[in-house]
Amino acid sequence: MSTPFLSVRDLTVDFHTEDGVVHAVDGLSFDVEKGTTLGIVGESGSGKSVTNLTVLGLHNPETSTISGEIRLDGEELIGASRSTMEKLRGNKVAMIFQDPLTSLSPYHTIGKQISEVYRKHTGASRAEARARAIEMLTRVGIPQPKTRVDDYPHQFSGGMRQRAMIAMALVCDPDLLIADEPTTALDVTVQAQILDLLKDLQDQMGTSIILITHDLGVVANTAHEVLVMYAGRAVERGSVKEVLREPRHPYTWGLLASMPRLSAPVDVQLRPVRGTPPSLINVPTGCPFHPRCDFMEVAGPELCRSERPELSPHRGHGDACYLTLAQKREIHK
Amino acid sequence: MASRKDDTPREATAKGPSGPRSGPSHLGKQAMLPFITRRTLGAAVTLLIIAAVTFFLFFAVPADPARLACGKVCPPDLLEQARHNLGLDQPLFAQFVAWLAGIFVGRDYESLGHCPAPCLGYSFVNREPVFETILDRLPVTVSLTIGAAVVFLVFGLATGIVAALRQGKPLDKIASVASLIGASVQIYFIGTLALYFLVYQNQILQRPQYLPFTENPIAWASGLALPWVVLAIIFTANYTRMTRSTMVEQLSEDYVRTARAKGMSGRSVVMRFALRGTLTPIITIFGVDLGTLIGGAIITETTFGLQGLGRLSIKAVWDSDLPLLMGTVLVAAGAIVFFNIVVDVLYAFIDPRVRLS
Repeated sequence: MSTPFLSVRDLTVDFHTEDGVVHAVDGLSFDVEKGTTLGIVGESGSGKSVTNLTVLGLHNPETSTISGEIRLDGEELIGASRSTMEKLRGNKVAMIFQDPLTSLSPYHTIGKQISEVYRKHTGASRAEARARAIEMLTRVGIPQPKTRVDDYPHQFSGGMRQRAMIAMALVCDPDLLIADEPTTALDVTVQAQILDLLKDLQDQMGTSIILITHDLGVVANTAHEVLVMYAGRAVERGSVKEVLREPRHPYTWGLLASMPRLSAPVDVQLRPVRGTPPSLINVPTGCPFHPRCDFMEVAGPELCRSERPELSPHRGHGDACYLTLAQKREIHK
Repeated sequence: MASRKDDTPREATAKGPSGPRSGPSHLGKQAMLPFITRRTLGAAVTLLIIAAVTFFLFFAVPADPARLACGKVCPPDLLEQARHNLGLDQPLFAQFVAWLAGIFVGRDYESLGHCPAPCLGYSFVNREPVFETILDRLPVTVSLTIGAAVVFLVFGLATGIVAALRQGKPLDKIASVASLIGASVQIYFIGTLALYFLVYQNQILQRPQYLPFTENPIAWASGLALPWVVLAIIFTANYTRMTRSTMVEQLSEDYVRTARAKGMSGRSVVMRFALRGTLTPIITIFGVDLGTLIGGAIITETTFGLQGLGRLSIKAVWDSDLPLLMGTVLVAAGAIVFFNIVVDVLYAFIDPRVRLS
């Protein structure tokens, strides 16, 4: 097996706030292979977005402490110089955000915002960049791209804005695209279109994608691999099939049980994960999920409260829980 | 009238247009002309109301301009004569209509002859034409305003941006302490100190005076340098704070993060993205401040002995000089109304979302 395209090892991100140190990401490791999609799933505050902003080096170094390794195509990104990171962003690694309305500048035209990335990284002329912007808008399925290129974001609909955002992210043919909840702010019908578009573009361009979401349905349709995060750590990892068919971690079960299904009988109640996500300033000792876990008695409450379970096995389908595989299968039925 | 405050900057609460507006596109420039027309008509109505209120309020005050004009020893027949000369024996409404008509078609006076349009009447006190008097004083106030405005806008923006980028650092703290001090001092205090130390004691600067720009720009600038700086000190603070807080907000906007995520350099993120959104509230308070200052910087003019509109309007109040009072109020109100329209037009240039509505 060759070295993965993106490899994150023991990533730890702490933020220094007035209330204390926030352990946003705590010893996270994962890989993304070329041309594949990794779905990162978890509740708000589980460290999904923080992890990916770290890949782009977008945290303020004065208020955060970052350690571990992030290797992109063999190049170490943690501690890389500012100019290295500026050359990388939007070029080799691009990002699209949750709310395309607030994420696009209201003061500049769509075309301008796309072409400035292109010009910045390729040194193209104004005219070339504009032509490229129109080409990208065509590719992401914006109708009448030649006139819409001069529109402002507020003149676009929500779905079109996210298309424009994708056009902007892909204009320099990045190797890695980080999509941070790209469909959360969109109508359900548009969500599917945007996900299909991402898939098509991935097939055409061979881009690796990290898809951050809290929607397991999105992951099921789009991703190859899944990483389930809880309190800044990976609690389960595996291929989409493995994780969705045979989920092993109680938190993953909770996520799946709280997801509405059209195929389920109407009177089946959704079961939310009880309790609230833990404070990242005072993370529970032992397994961070233990205060919300229904199976602690089975796994051994002492162990769950005192020792932090590690993700195992190291490759393939792994999870961080003291339940035995047999117990997990039994509970999940 | 007397309630008009001059050189005291208000607490800046002005916020620009906010929130997205959706709607059909491409209305941009065609929509501008009707907009300006509509606003100009609205402005005319506003000014008419202000003039009427000022006029009738004047007569609510128990001062009698005729008695003042008549002199210390004033027999009843002379008082009547004075009253007639000033036109105060007419019904109030007729007086107001005559004043209003004078602006558009001019006015004929028994004693002083024809006053061509735009006629604001003759001063009760020295019988000088009010319009000419104001024209004579206006350049002083405009010069004072422009110079000070350039200083406080440039310094306010610069220190505000620096403070926002150095949040919590020494420079930020220095800027906030300095602006607190700047906002707290009074012009007659630092103005007098500056005059004493910089002009009379050490002759570093020349005595403030107004010399027309058209005759000698350098003498114009050096004559007004001290009032500019002193007036700017108290305004700069407001702009620094406003710029800093808006800039801090802008820097945490999603689209600023996007700009960084696509590899824009730090400087271009600040200047092209964050600053753009900062300008809207700044222009809002700038427009109001310019309007207010054109109405007359009473304290500054008094401190530095400049003969501007501010002192003229104070004099009009003291003398119960109705025509002069009406003239100065009209100019002051007109300036505020005018700059408000300018600001609204500028919004559209800064923020494309405004162009639609």
